[in-house]
Amino acid sequence: MNVVHFWQTHAAETMRLLSQHVGLVLVSTLAAITIGVPVGIAAARRPRIGGPLAAAASVIQTVPSLALFGFLLPLPLLGGIGARTALVALILYALLPLIRTTSAGLRSIDPAILEAADAMGMTAAERLFQVELPLALPTIIAGIRVATVFGVGTVTIAAAIGAGGLGEYIYRGLSMVDSTVILAGAVPVALLALVADGVLLLIERALSRPAARRSTIVVAAVASAALLIGVGAAVARPGGPRIVVGSKNFTEQVVLGELLAQAIERFAGVAVDRRLNLGGTFICDRALRGGDVDVYVEYSGTALTAIFKQPVSRDSTAVLQAIRTRYADAGITMLDPLGFNNTFAILVREDVARARQLSTLSQLGAIAPSWQAGFGYEFIEREDGFRGLAATYGLTFREPPRVMDLTLIYRALAEGQVDVVAGDATAGLIDALHLMPLADDKHYFPPYDAVPLVRAPTLLRYPQIAGALKRLAGRVDAGAMRRMNFAVDGNHRDPAVVVREFLDSL
Amino acid sequence: MLRGLSLCIADGETVALVGRSGAGKSTALKLINRMLEPDAGQVLVDGRDTQSWDTTALRRRTGYMLQEVGLFPHMTVARNIGVVPLLLKWDAERILARTRELLDLVGLPAERFMARWPNQLSGGQRQRVGVARALAADPPIVLMDEPFGALDPVTRSELHDVIRRIQSAIRKTMVLVTHDMREAFVLADRIGVLQDGRLVACDTPAALNRSDHPEVRALLDASTR
Repeated sequence: MNVVHFWQTHAAETMRLLSQHVGLVLVSTLAAITIGVPVGIAAARRPRIGGPLAAAASVIQTVPSLALFGFLLPLPLLGGIGARTALVALILYALLPLIRTTSAGLRSIDPAILEAADAMGMTAAERLFQVELPLALPTIIAGIRVATVFGVGTVTIAAAIGAGGLGEYIYRGLSMVDSTVILAGAVPVALLALVADGVLLLIERALSRPAARRSTIVVAAVASAALLIGVGAAVARPGGPRIVVGSKNFTEQVVLGELLAQAIERFAGVAVDRRLNLGGTFICDRALRGGDVDVYVEYSGTALTAIFKQPVSRDSTAVLQAIRTRYADAGITMLDPLGFNNTFAILVREDVARARQLSTLSQLGAIAPSWQAGFGYEFIEREDGFRGLAATYGLTFREPPRVMDLTLIYRALAEGQVDVVAGDATAGLIDALHLMPLADDKHYFPPYDAVPLVRAPTLLRYPQIAGALKRLAGRVDAGAMRRMNFAVDGNHRDPAVVVREFLDSL
Repeated sequence: MLRGLSLCIADGETVALVGRSGAGKSTALKLINRMLEPDAGQVLVDGRDTQSWDTTALRRRTGYMLQEVGLFPHMTVARNIGVVPLLLKWDAERILARTRELLDLVGLPAERFMARWPNQLSGGQRQRVGVARALAADPPIVLMDEPFGALDPVTRSELHDVIRRIQSAIRKTMVLVTHDMREAFVLADRIGVLQDGRLVACDTPAALNRSDHPEVRALLDASTR
């Protein structure tokens, strides 16, 4: 499947993501202008006030965007998943170039011109609007250009917190290890940045020639107004009730999110918004509790230890009972398990396992000191992760385990960058890349039964959802899950199509 | 900066303030439209202390020209001339008529120059527009801070003619700052000589010519050399 074909088959979605992307950039840049230009004026007038503000903006600029999203998520009003948090972050980033260029533009005006303006009896406001701002405009536009191009890139990362935009393709492509999907998002982002840069550069040049000023301003204003209205119309959600389905950012979760979404659409007849590829357990849980997401699939062991901070338990029924009660206390209904247990699998390369006659984790202890391990950062942090595993099986590796992105870990193992990794037992790539799970012969890993979680208020409003999702209970076994994962990961098929075929076969 | 300066300028009179750099000429000029405020003493305009004037109103009825002209580069010649009338909320027709009249007065054909931009003008043309702009709202007082210092001698003498023509057509109270005694002789009814912030002489050109004050002589000698 090449990129053009992907766009053809996903035309509506691509257009929607593109409009979201443009909309986020446009709204955040306009908001940043309304804040940044006055601050820039203050900075030029009163360095004692403006200096610290500009310094604060510089500090914000140095915070990596994912970290900034992380800071913002728990905040009331500003935080939560979705476009709001992304906009706050984008506005904060856009402030610095705007403050800098506005104050630089004002300070570079010929003092004789300002003296003339004063001597003619202009008030401070008249001087600002009739003389200073028009003269600083080309410089300010240069700042807007920097902020806009920067914003086009930053919006990409905002997909991790469910803000939408073309970053969704990039994340989806990363989780599916499918470069076509990555390109389907990355190419338009790059083009968008080039176009935005070019257009604003033209405006900037035109504005520095006074003769072309008035018409340029009119054309630019009309064009951006038209763009804003168009994007607004495209982004505005169609009316009617909608259920928001979330998922974490790896293939199985995207497939499960799609599965819940299609089941709700098909069996309950309720429209669904998909917020797939959210950046992990923490973000999904927070989104569910905050009401930004109505439904997502969690794993029982993850809920028990990572969310509710309870000690690890190996009794599947007891774990389900414990988290059902705790979720109920939080106003969240846990539905019946889907039917598969996605436990951790410690994986090695098939050929290596055969050569070393390795099949269980107990046997790994003897070889581990000469091996390099690679784990996702979640596995290293979690109580039921690496530390307990190492203690149970007496594992010590050559070096501390390398921290790797979950989406790259299978490939890293297959390519020999590491010798052993912790992956998902249902990962489709296990078969595709000829990897082999080692048996958990001491039963260290707790159960990770996949369970749909629904906000209780949502169920009260749409009781038909419970019925729709019950039809999935016990119907998705490990084999079915691995086949769907492989169809997406290995065969690069569209999750929506794979899920539709699965639902047809039920 | 200025000490013991006492000077009375009559309506319709043109007074030149002459002196070396740093003598306090510009300072004295800027006290008149409150671009600077006096630490002590009084400045009266129309018999009223400038401290009791509204600064904006005072400046709008005081034309002002400086050596760098300070034309607004983002406005056409016509818009530049119309700045103060627009601030005074004249209607568009009246501003247009006034602009044509003034361009005519300073010797720039209105049709050719109205729509031009300052960067399309020569230095002399810019200064003519500056004169027109200073006169736009028909202010009773016009202040000129070394307005022709940066021009070549031919252009300067052309502009002197323009100012003299204006003086004979519409009597304005003019205060001119210059370090060029010849310019003062050409344009002024009276000449005040400033030295280190003090007014050392103030008289008609003819009387000043006979003065034996060393600073006056020095300035006169410099201009005839």
